[in-house]
Amino acid sequence: MGALLEVSGLNAYYGKSHILQGVDFQVEQGEIVSLLGRNGVGRSTTIKAIMGDVPPQGSIRFKGREIAGMKPHQIARLGLGYVPENRDIFPSLTVRQNLLLGQKSARQTGRWAMSDMFAVFPRLEERADTPAGVLSGGEQQMLTMCRTLMGDPDLVMIDEPTEGLAPMMVELVAKLLGEIAERGISILLVEQKLTIALKISRRLYVMGHGHIVFEGTPAEFVADERVRQEWLEV
Amino acid sequence: MLEIITFSTLNGVLYGMLLFMMASGLTLIFSMMGVLNFAHASFYMIGAYFGFEISRRIGFWPGFVVAPLLVGGVGALIERFGLRRVHGYGHVAELLFTFGLAFVIEELVNMFWGRLPVDYRVPPSLDFVAFKLFDTTYPAYRMFMLATAVAMFVFLILILKRTRVGLIIQAALTHPNMVAMLGHDVPTVFMLVFGVGAALAGLAGVIAGPALVTQPSMAGLLGPILFVVIVVGGLGSLTGAFLASLLIGLVQTFAVAINGSLFDLIGPTATTIFGELGSVTVAQIAPILPYLLLVVVLIVRPTGLFGNRET
Ligand SMILES: Nc1ncnc2c1ncn2[C@@H]1O[C@H](COP(=O)(O)OP(=O)(O)OP(=O)(O)O)[C@@H](O)[C@H]1O
Ligand SMILES: [Mg+2]
Repeated sequence: MGALLEVSGLNAYYGKSHILQGVDFQVEQGEIVSLLGRNGVGRSTTIKAIMGDVPPQGSIRFKGREIAGMKPHQIARLGLGYVPENRDIFPSLTVRQNLLLGQKSARQTGRWAMSDMFAVFPRLEERADTPAGVLSGGEQQMLTMCRTLMGDPDLVMIDEPTEGLAPMMVELVAKLLGEIAERGISILLVEQKLTIALKISRRLYVMGHGHIVFEGTPAEFVADERVRQEWLEV
Repeated sequence: MLEIITFSTLNGVLYGMLLFMMASGLTLIFSMMGVLNFAHASFYMIGAYFGFEISRRIGFWPGFVVAPLLVGGVGALIERFGLRRVHGYGHVAELLFTFGLAFVIEELVNMFWGRLPVDYRVPPSLDFVAFKLFDTTYPAYRMFMLATAVAMFVFLILILKRTRVGLIIQAALTHPNMVAMLGHDVPTVFMLVFGVGAALAGLAGVIAGPALVTQPSMAGLLGPILFVVIVVGGLGSLTGAFLASLLIGLVQTFAVAINGSLFDLIGPTATTIFGELGSVTVAQIAPILPYLLLVVVLIVRPTGLFGNRET
């Protein structure tokens, strides 16, 4: 049995611009993997291509099945969760309704119940019946993550969860990431803040010019001055 | 005077509710799929013709039930095998598709039923006077139309607010891609909404057919008013579409009923100030009032009464 997620030769385009030019990487069962790279390098596009939101070319295997070309809802139903970077909450629906929509069917039971979400983040319970649109940025980020977890994914792809958040919120996000990992769920994390990525990841990938330019453990990454200079620092 | 107000209000609300039965589907479909469906009024028309055809063979009531279902089925098929395929080619292609569809449907109706109005009648069981106020009577059939429209309204609200599918629809109004990536079968939801929208328009046709005239031009006559309704209400807003429907229903009905002019109101000075316009009656300008309203709303609030996007 191969890796949980195996991406090989992934290409993606926006119109004529060729964004992903042969991306290869894997995520193993129960692993936290970070995808790093400069702004605009195509990290979000990689995740969207895996979800089928951007048409992918190449091979994407999840749990041994080829998912490139499947529809987004079919991919999600196989157990792939996605937390978008722009916090696509449903603003006119309440917090509770947002969470309910995370479940794939009315009777779904999985590793997460709404009470788990409220336990990690009591603020969501206090605001359960307010429209999600009035929450603060940090609260919306938590809601987006919790909503995806309600669908009981086996692998969550989380795009820049701490972007623009206050330090206290960043800590909460990190705590939730820890909880996810504890339950044996794999995480593919796109994160700007190296401190978090280095602390929780087992492996890191760095993207540049439309493909992967580095793969290694956090220790190897820290040792490799050249990679950071060439592909991350501005 | 009191009777004019009573009857015009009743008729205006009735007309408004009928408009809403069509505008609700149109605005939901636009909001979710980004398609302004030019053929929506055609579903209203084929509803009337299907209703007519069934009623003359087996009776009004079977038509009342079956015709909207048929129209809904036709709508769902058009979405599944027409619109969905055209979707890949962008919004212009979709617009052209629905535009062409409206013509095709009108020509088909011409072919099968001819250009002249057909004899679609109020069923005998509803052909009596509901009540009489002063010297004017109000037909029971109109009360029946009103009751049907209100029932459909309640049904729609219950589905949207009280069911899981309703929740998915509400979320998909603004974030269809995100909803799909949570594992909901959005393409099928689109097809359902399109089908139900078509069925509602069809039902409006089934009940309006006998009261108005069932003829091939009925879609063309109604289409523009529907667009006024959803633009005035704010594209994608159900509340907006509801209020705009009632507003336009009432404005048009009252304008026709009030047969006065500026001349009647302020006397001969009207002619000196406004020239010929002074003697034009409100009833005469009734048909253009919706469009006037459209222009005013677009100037004052380009997003429509309840919309949050530019039209
Ligand atoms: N919808 C789109 N249409 C056209 N080009 C796009 C679109 N979305 C992103 N791009 C372009 O594709 C490239 C990769 O974008 P992507 O969002 O994947 O970057 P990223 O690595 O996630 O960086 P960041 O999130 O910091 O912007 C960028 O150059 C961006 O300008
Ligand atoms: Mg990004």
